[in-house]
Amino acid sequence: MLSRVADSIYWMNRYIERAENVARFIDANFHMILDLPVGAAEQWLPLVNTTGDHELFDELYGKASRDNVIQFLTFDRNNPNSILSCLRSARENARSVREYISSEMWQQVNTFYLTVNEAAQQGLGMDLPHQFFVDIMTASHLFVGVTESTMSHGEGWHFGRLGRMLERADKTSRILDVKYFVLLPSVDYVGSPFDNILWAALLRSASAFEMYRKRHGRIDPEKIVDFLVLDQKFPRAIHSCLIAAEISMRNITGTPRGSFSNRADQALGKLLADMDYITIEEILSQGLHEYLDATQTRINNVGNAIFETFFALRPVGEPVRTKEAE
Amino acid sequence: MKFDGYQTENFFDEMFDDKGRPRPGADLVVERINSLPAEELMRRQRAAERALLHLGITFSVYGDESGTERIFPFDIIPRIVQGDEWTIMEQGLKQRVHALNLFINDVYNEQKIIKDNVVPADLVFSAAGYRKPCIGLKPPRGIWCHITGTDLVRGSDGHYYVLEDNLRCPSGVSYVLENRLVMKRTFPMVFEACSVQPVTDYPSRLLDMLQGLAPRNVRDPVVAVWTPGIYNSAYFEHSFLAQQMGVQLVEGRDLVVNRGEVMLRTTKGLERVDVIYRRIDDDFIDPKVFRPDSMLGVPGLMEAYQKGRVALANAPGTGVADDKAIYAYVPEIIKYYLGEEAIIRNVPTYGCWREEELKYVLENLDKLVVKAVNESGGYGMLVGPHASAAEREEFARRLKANPRNYIAQPTLSLSRVPVLVDDHFEGRHVDLRPYILYGEDTYVLPGGLTRVALKKGSLVVNSSQGGGSKDTWVINSSCPLQP
Repeated sequence: MLSRVADSIYWMNRYIERAENVARFIDANFHMILDLPVGAAEQWLPLVNTTGDHELFDELYGKASRDNVIQFLTFDRNNPNSILSCLRSARENARSVREYISSEMWQQVNTFYLTVNEAAQQGLGMDLPHQFFVDIMTASHLFVGVTESTMSHGEGWHFGRLGRMLERADKTSRILDVKYFVLLPSVDYVGSPFDNILWAALLRSASAFEMYRKRHGRIDPEKIVDFLVLDQKFPRAIHSCLIAAEISMRNITGTPRGSFSNRADQALGKLLADMDYITIEEILSQGLHEYLDATQTRINNVGNAIFETFFALRPVGEPVRTKEAE
Repeated sequence: MKFDGYQTENFFDEMFDDKGRPRPGADLVVERINSLPAEELMRRQRAAERALLHLGITFSVYGDESGTERIFPFDIIPRIVQGDEWTIMEQGLKQRVHALNLFINDVYNEQKIIKDNVVPADLVFSAAGYRKPCIGLKPPRGIWCHITGTDLVRGSDGHYYVLEDNLRCPSGVSYVLENRLVMKRTFPMVFEACSVQPVTDYPSRLLDMLQGLAPRNVRDPVVAVWTPGIYNSAYFEHSFLAQQMGVQLVEGRDLVVNRGEVMLRTTKGLERVDVIYRRIDDDFIDPKVFRPDSMLGVPGLMEAYQKGRVALANAPGTGVADDKAIYAYVPEIIKYYLGEEAIIRNVPTYGCWREEELKYVLENLDKLVVKAVNESGGYGMLVGPHASAAEREEFARRLKANPRNYIAQPTLSLSRVPVLVDDHFEGRHVDLRPYILYGEDTYVLPGGLTRVALKKGSLVVNSSQGGGSKDTWVINSSCPLQP
């Protein structure tokens, strides 16, 4: 398929996944705050940290208040990672590959964008924020479902899933990183009911609460980290995302497991192999933050390698570099 | 909602005759609409517009930074074309396209028509669409213009006239197909009862025609639609046609010439392409041959084309016959190559490069429409009767300075159709753009795009000037009334 088309499908999926994640962690934060004791400081800035856009936020808003943060993350066109901006980018990408994707997919992206854009223009959504954010998550799920059942599961579909899985792995790692960092210092809460509330909120930020309960039962920080990083069956766990990403990558390149034929294959294969064999104890002993930070960097590197290998429009004659050291 | 109060106001109306009776073929539609509750029609109109927006059937507005897209305004009352009339029109269009292709081929090769003094040489060589690099080109079967959209209007005398030929990248066929889709949802019952000639197989016909141009003998030639990109006003159409044909939609950056072949840049390396339906102007296709500053083009493409390694539809250089000065000669062109009278007439046209005609035009500016020969989309025009004295003076100056650049035509009283305005019907002027595919055989899409001037009294139907569209139904006159 055309490199440009593969690129657009990959990014269309990343952007929709990103919008969904932003909606989810704003919503989870709303819920958490309602359960906190009156007077406990509202934690809004960590949301901005999760998306990695705190510098832009400082510049545009300065002080973090609930309204500021929500506006910035949801509707602000100056923030390239706001829900609205993500959907606009997703739609632009969809528009540029409209002939390639199914018309059902295009319509879902188009309607999704139009709905949020209308809410932005009319100042809607914030009177019943929960419903608004749930609708966004549902629209994203609908997009994934429509894609599953209307698009041939060929190369384009695999590029889409690759994008979605890398984005999701990245966001789960960021949510965990920021929340864990926020939660750790609040030793006052340890063992208190609030401790459970905060950890449960973390799980909800990744839509993981119920599945975690089924897997591990009791709220236990170490097991939560284990679940969100290393679980192989929970679809938002980093490990599980990377497994799916790797399957798609191998479908695209045709390279068998255990070998590689380009830098993208290699970077993702290595990352996944490390995750296959690491234990939660090893992760915590090297420091969770350090581990997550390194993982995010490696996920970024996979993204760059994908760009280099499949999307970059090189002058003719220049070979694709392989076996390049990371 | 009823047509009871509708007035044709002495215009030729496509739906009703001068006694207010529905024309043959239109009676069933009129009856159906009359039988709908008042609110219902407006509800269906709104539903149709909403469907177009959500389907993303839009065009981009130039110069708007936020990339605003609008739906092409759509009126749900169909325009009816009688089957018998259509048959004649179809023949006329085939005749015209055939002759124009012979003309283009001649102009770039033997130039017989020029040597025989039928069309003046200087008019041909000074046409904005004339391309020197095309001299000596011999496209397969001598076909240059594979896809044509010819604009027709109907005058107060009830005759159809050709207003202009669009031989480069005629737009709008996607609206014909999408409008039809929306209409089938809006008026399923009327559709069932009337036998409306189908338009849905246009993309298959287009694909067959394009594949038939493939330079190498392979089972499945690779076809691509070439678009300037998502910011082009006709991007929706490019993408729609590619999707409906199941072929790739490409931009210049997706294409590269490698060892004389035109290749697509894919995730698995370079892949050859056989046929390109280009929706990008001549000037931009190859910076080595045409505009060197083209960022959209592909260096080396023309050479590959000239060597027959890739096919282009339409061929570069077809614009020479798209010129309004050449248009004035089309009846002679038809007679010269085919020995026939033109079946569809031209609008009487004065060529300002002819001294006595320039004189007449200057004396009658208040009665004429003056058009710059190289402009389209309603730009560069003077509508004499509606213009101020100052505007007419300004045009007189331009005519004298550059007579080659202008034609003039009498102001036609364009036919009208009823459109839904708030809660009643009003007459609005229309034109009609049928689409013609010319390959192994010639196919004329039944009906075509009806464009409506939505502003009251306006004669300008272009989308860029606030025009809208309607579905066009070619109906056999014998269409039975329901019992």
